Amino acid sequence: MSLSISLAINGRQHDVALNDPRVTLLDLLRERLDLPGTKKGCDRGQCGACTVLVDGRRINSCLALAASMDGAEITTIEGLAEGDELHPVQAAFIEHDAFQCGYCTPGQIMSAVGLIKEGMAGDDPERVRELMSGNICRCGAYQGITEAVLEAGRKAAENAQPQTGNPDTGKDAA
Amino acid sequence: MSEQMSPERMSPETQTTFPRHVRHGSNSGQPVSRRDGRLKVTGAATYAADNHPEGLLHAVIATSTIARGRVRSLDVEAAKAHPGVVEVITPANRMPLHHDPNEKMPPFGFRVEVLQDDTVRYVNQPIAVVVAETLEAATEGVRLLAPRYEEEDARTGLDNGLRHEAQSVGVGAPGTVSFGDLDAGLKGAARVTEGDYSTPPQYHNAMEPHAVVAEWDGDTVTIDMPNQALRMSAASYAAYFGIPAENVLIRSPFLGGGFGSKAILNGPQILGILAARQLGRPVKLVLTRAQMYGPVGHRGRTWQKLRLGTGDDGKLTALHHHSIGATSSFDDFVEPAANASLMLYESPAIRVEHEGLRLDIGTPGPMRAPGEASGSASLEIAMDEAAEACGMDPLAFRLANYAETQPGTGKPFSSKALRECYEQGAAAFGWAGRPLEAGTMRDENGFLVGWGMGTAVFPCPQFPAEARATLRADGTALVETGGADMGQGAWTALAQLAAESLGLDLDKVEFHSGRSDLPDGGVAGGSGHTASAGQALSNAGGDVIARLTELATGDPDSPLFGAGNIGVVAAEGRLHRRDDETRSQSYADILARAGQKELVGTGKSGRDPASAEAFAMHSHGAVFAEVKIDPNLMQVRVSRLVGAFAAGRIINPKLVRSQYYGGMIWGISFALQEEAVADRRTGRIMNADLAEYHVPVNADVPRMEAILVPEEDPRVSPLGIKGVGEIGVTGTVGAIANAVWHATGIRVRNYPIRIEDLLRRR
Repeated sequence: MSLSISLAINGRQHDVALNDPRVTLLDLLRERLDLPGTKKGCDRGQCGACTVLVDGRRINSCLALAASMDGAEITTIEGLAEGDELHPVQAAFIEHDAFQCGYCTPGQIMSAVGLIKEGMAGDDPERVRELMSGNICRCGAYQGITEAVLEAGRKAAENAQPQTGNPDTGKDAA
Repeated sequence: MSEQMSPERMSPETQTTFPRHVRHGSNSGQPVSRRDGRLKVTGAATYAADNHPEGLLHAVIATSTIARGRVRSLDVEAAKAHPGVVEVITPANRMPLHHDPNEKMPPFGFRVEVLQDDTVRYVNQPIAVVVAETLEAATEGVRLLAPRYEEEDARTGLDNGLRHEAQSVGVGAPGTVSFGDLDAGLKGAARVTEGDYSTPPQYHNAMEPHAVVAEWDGDTVTIDMPNQALRMSAASYAAYFGIPAENVLIRSPFLGGGFGSKAILNGPQILGILAARQLGRPVKLVLTRAQMYGPVGHRGRTWQKLRLGTGDDGKLTALHHHSIGATSSFDDFVEPAANASLMLYESPAIRVEHEGLRLDIGTPGPMRAPGEASGSASLEIAMDEAAEACGMDPLAFRLANYAETQPGTGKPFSSKALRECYEQGAAAFGWAGRPLEAGTMRDENGFLVGWGMGTAVFPCPQFPAEARATLRADGTALVETGGADMGQGAWTALAQLAAESLGLDLDKVEFHSGRSDLPDGGVAGGSGHTASAGQALSNAGGDVIARLTELATGDPDSPLFGAGNIGVVAAEGRLHRRDDETRSQSYADILARAGQKELVGTGKSGRDPASAEAFAMHSHGAVFAEVKIDPNLMQVRVSRLVGAFAAGRIINPKLVRSQYYGGMIWGISFALQEEAVADRRTGRIMNADLAEYHVPVNADVPRMEAILVPEEDPRVSPLGIKGVGEIGVTGTVGAIANAVWHATGIRVRNYPIRIEDLLRRR
């Protein structure tokens, strides 16, 4: 069986001939497209480590079949920084020591980027804690995560225009 | 690996709580951000399963669904017929190993299940390995095996497990320790408080599942895997495969959490390496989340009994702590829970004892604060109950029983700033004025409010470790040790120590770690990695400076000529005459004049035996918790948590604070959330996933405070470093349980504390 899909990942167009309908978006990224920054923690949509943005929305990529991603625009952790310049959420995570082992971090950051973009976070720590609770951090870096998301959210609000982390619209064909 | 972070501003909080260490004017002691931060926030940090060598095969293990019995059949043909499946490895065709897996692997290796036969000893034991061209095919191949079993009754609890006296507990601690006359102490007590406590099975659940990517080249193998003890593991894998230890290269630059579960060999990872050898191609094997509940260790369940005798003055007259620890049917790891009672409180008579209980479970192992967490969780409730019986404030009661020397042995402590921890923690929390009586406080919403406290304690080991420092012609340095950063911040703290010893700024120091072919960095466990590998690095840097000094002071044209070894200080890449700091020479210049391209120094570490004999060595702390409980639902929320900890010299307060927070969150988890629940009929764990096995999420965690209480300790090691990774768990669990009592008047002695415990007895 072969299924052709075309999707944009971090602004780059990929035409993929899928030889297996069972491949998840997460495994497509990690095992077939050499983008292992997105992590697998549970493969059941329970931990959030695999969070990516699909058409700007946060999803658990372990629960999405690659075959359903035809035409999608996907942003992963590898696509946030502009060259050497970190996305404000990434910079805030370092500043606030919002991680220890770093394994859940890509998912935490993608969730944070998503919810800030959606204007969900506001300036309320309780709200941030709730909204970030789909991403488990076993090391327990939650205090730093909450501070980092609040700070990045404030910065995003100050710069009235949208974040310039990554162009979600891929134009350079593969 | 050479990403550099500029030292951040010192926060006012940091300035008041920790004096900056000034030796050589270095970076050590400063709250530097993680050096690996950029790699981790960009997805560029490479964890084991991120590797994908050319020609890679995917292996998935099939695991048992019964707890005890035999595998009667596997449909190997069906699995092999599935497109993409390359091989199915079973006991029938598994290549031989050079070490009997039914024997322990010294020094710490457990007996492992690597398809040695068809017996099943616990649920989730490996029973076959399916190897395929894709992960999807291997996964489907496992399903097609459709195992059939000959099932025996599972032994799942106190009523059907085999109890036995535990000669040794944990990793080699004695099972029974006794000081003084316990009976006399109990008889002479004005009152005796007594209780039965239990702690559940807990699973490490590091976010990164255990993984291995193995690639053989003849008789040598390269293994990408998360590993907390690189050299030791390399030697053990070599023994399993009958090759010299130097033929095994383990690469473990990042671990996605370890907590003890990645320090000890396990069956699945051996099987991944074996599959690569048997098939002659690189193999990746990653456990599913569910498969982490069995073959890779856990914190064993305990049933504990505590008896405390107290006099009219509120002082302990006797302390008896008995613990039964669940272990597997075929190996021994009995949680050293009762030993927690040997560390903290003065009593003329103390007796701690352990029994083991054999069940059809995977062998437990060390999990963050092994023994100390489970034991102090009970001891701290017992102390609270005794304080209540004496009509004393819990903190005053602990102070009345403060151990000035090690309980039982009378050995002096190398240092113990616990009193300061109590004071500073209590002040920050606002403990003064807490009503003695339970159930009297309400918040503005009518929620029950309770305050509790607990003492935190953890030993501070220093393991043997080695390091190498190479000063280069351009005045920069490469420092190397085969250590592990599982999130504690070793990459940063160890580099800070190396930079300090070399008299260089941090950005001039390149730090290499996480490989077994580097000098042995020892074990990243027991909260001892910074103390161990850090001391080795510091000594290696010192060795470089000594050699450099020799070159300079022996060079007639050097401004340092004639200054003896002690007449020189190293700072900012230059050696200065101690008596005249204007006379100095740069490292680069010294090397150039000596015609040397580089200068290599080496260092070792290990605890001074005389010091170890003479002193008791621990980190200490005090944790204060507030809980709020909905009076109708009895749902418990931790609303405030303050910990004050004294752990010797602090290398990086920013990262240390994170370690304390992490430990305290594990305390919340232990007290209120974590428990693996087994079906009593089958032994199968019913919540082997991250939705049903509860660990704290962000919304479960309040704003916390961790106070770094200054403490100097030249006796633990020349650098005076203790350890911070595990202690945060210890005081927190009891503090929360005691706060629950204070809010409700209900003593729950079985962890985790559940809503129904409070509803039932309301």
